Amino acid sequence: MKTIYMDNNATTQVAREVVEVMLPYFHDLYGNPSSMHSFGGQVGRKLREAREQVARLIGASPEEIIFTSCGTESDNAAIRSALMSQPGKRHVVTSRVEHPAVKGLCTQLVHEGYRVTEVGVDSEGRLDMDQYKRSLTSETAVVSLMWANNETGVIFPVEEAARMARSRGILFHSDAVQAVGKIPINMQESVMDMLSISGHKLHGPKGIGVLYLRKGTKFYPYLIGGHQEQGRRAGTENTPSIIGLGKACELAAQNMEAENTRVKELRDKLEETLLARVPRSRVNGDRVHRLPNTSNISFEYVEGEGILLMMDEHGICASSGSACTSGSLQPSHVLRAMGVPFTMAHGSIRFSLSVYNTEEEIDYVIDRLPPILEQLRSMSPYWTAGEGACASQG
Amino acid sequence: MWEYTDKTKEHFLHPRNVGDMEDADAVAEVGSIACGDALKLYLKLDENQRIVDARFKTFGCASAIASSSALTEMVKGMTLEDAEKVTDKQIADFLGGLPKEKMHCSVMGREALLKAISNYRGAPEPAVEGNVVCECFGVTDVEVERAIRENNLATVEDITNYTKAGGGCGSCVDTLQEILQQVRSEMTAAPPPRPKMTNLQKIKKIEETLEREIRPALRQDGGDIELVDVVGNRVLVATRGACATCQASAQTLENFVEKKLRELVWPELVVEEVSS
Repeated sequence: MKTIYMDNNATTQVAREVVEVMLPYFHDLYGNPSSMHSFGGQVGRKLREAREQVARLIGASPEEIIFTSCGTESDNAAIRSALMSQPGKRHVVTSRVEHPAVKGLCTQLVHEGYRVTEVGVDSEGRLDMDQYKRSLTSETAVVSLMWANNETGVIFPVEEAARMARSRGILFHSDAVQAVGKIPINMQESVMDMLSISGHKLHGPKGIGVLYLRKGTKFYPYLIGGHQEQGRRAGTENTPSIIGLGKACELAAQNMEAENTRVKELRDKLEETLLARVPRSRVNGDRVHRLPNTSNISFEYVEGEGILLMMDEHGICASSGSACTSGSLQPSHVLRAMGVPFTMAHGSIRFSLSVYNTEEEIDYVIDRLPPILEQLRSMSPYWTAGEGACASQG
Repeated sequence: MWEYTDKTKEHFLHPRNVGDMEDADAVAEVGSIACGDALKLYLKLDENQRIVDARFKTFGCASAIASSSALTEMVKGMTLEDAEKVTDKQIADFLGGLPKEKMHCSVMGREALLKAISNYRGAPEPAVEGNVVCECFGVTDVEVERAIRENNLATVEDITNYTKAGGGCGSCVDTLQEILQQVRSEMTAAPPPRPKMTNLQKIKKIEETLEREIRPALRQDGGDIELVDVVGNRVLVATRGACATCQASAQTLENFVEKKLRELVWPELVVEEVSS
């Protein structure tokens, strides 16, 4: 059975070109870039090139790029450093819909005595800018807001939020793990201080991340030890993955247009056809300010895990914001923050496409999914034929 | 991804007994859409109160649907008395086990079954027992305590997996911890001290137990037993008939005679064979 992969916000296929540039650096060119010999030195040169490739994708300079082990590490390092560099300020502003990498850290910060404000969102997942503005105080050390939401794809007005923070002397960090490679980002035109990137979300390998750190920003390293990354992140460099990520960033720049045209069209076809064919379905999140690859659709009166397992029988990979899939008992914190009703939240499915998806795959999903929903609804005590006749809520 | 057994998957993909039942004798609904799990159960009974058919409709994850399917298959053919004794664990075992995070799905099946039976008997809707400890999922302290005892739960996480309590806002976790400690300490504590027994009472009770519980079984195999003396907690006996020559009599004394006497007379008794 063919795998139809529509879960690219979870992870992506490593691009063939990326694998190829990585391979020599496992077995043949395994030298340590810190070594004095030319065997290691040639790897160091390759790392410089990768750093330039990453910097180019986000309009940064190479010395502003710090390689880390993952997006979560970048988020932790950024927020911790901002707090350590301003010991007098003990307030953090974030949103209610952040990725666990930021959300979990903020919970920990509360235990450590920091004050954390989680700014809310409206029913479309848009940031409450009034509340945001009010939450910025002279006590605030750092703001951390995601660029684009991993579950809904909704894009926050991070540039505007960053300007508001900077004008008050507050450091600004953005978890841009879902945005980098999908939408244009230019740090030269931005006032943000820090930005997190993850390799495996843009067809690079797992286990590699980036922290962008604006030149001149005071930084306290998260990992302490050797002098790697100019003393900002100790630990021997993950050379194959750094080189792979460089290539992935180069490819992402090349694919940016396709991502925002062809991929977006495929996403829209999938979304619009499903909404038309499946009664009582709706899109979660702002459909205008949204990543081109993401569609989060709720199918009322069915439970997401059942949908996923039945789609799995057809080789279709997606994910759900339902309680049962997460191991917790509450549906996704993102959908709850948006006030999505329980009947809808439990039946939410996220499709996230990539440039590797084809129109045939979209047609296949459009063909297979409606009968699955009918079957599960026929088992649901909340579903009656009468409701089935209702028009789509859009 | 959850590690579901093949049987769970099979019951999810091809659930048995799905649907409504127009002429059901017993019906019950449990759960709610807010919880993410809900089950409507229908039972059809014959004149002897034996379940001849069962149907269900479930909103919930794969294991909730598989558990409902399993439950309906299990209870068909059972009398109401037998059906009442079905446990959460039996439902999970029928499916080859469930991931522990999903045990509350099988709990929902049993709840529906008990509620349907009590509805059928016309028993008044049982008043909610105990006090609600988990506001998010409406779980009471009595339900939590029962789950701890029946399933030998050791952590708050286990309680959440079995009852959902504590899985929402988490504000009741401290209360759950207190209940857990209380119940666990009750479960492991020694049974309450029995009233003192005089030697005479002890001998009399041993004699009665031998006569009523033990001799009939031994006599079936052509053997017998005689009480020689009781010294403190030492019960001195002599075997007779087939028992006297039987290779296995030592085991019989320990595994059967001593066990019975400890259970029915005094927990510290030791049976010793003497030749008389």
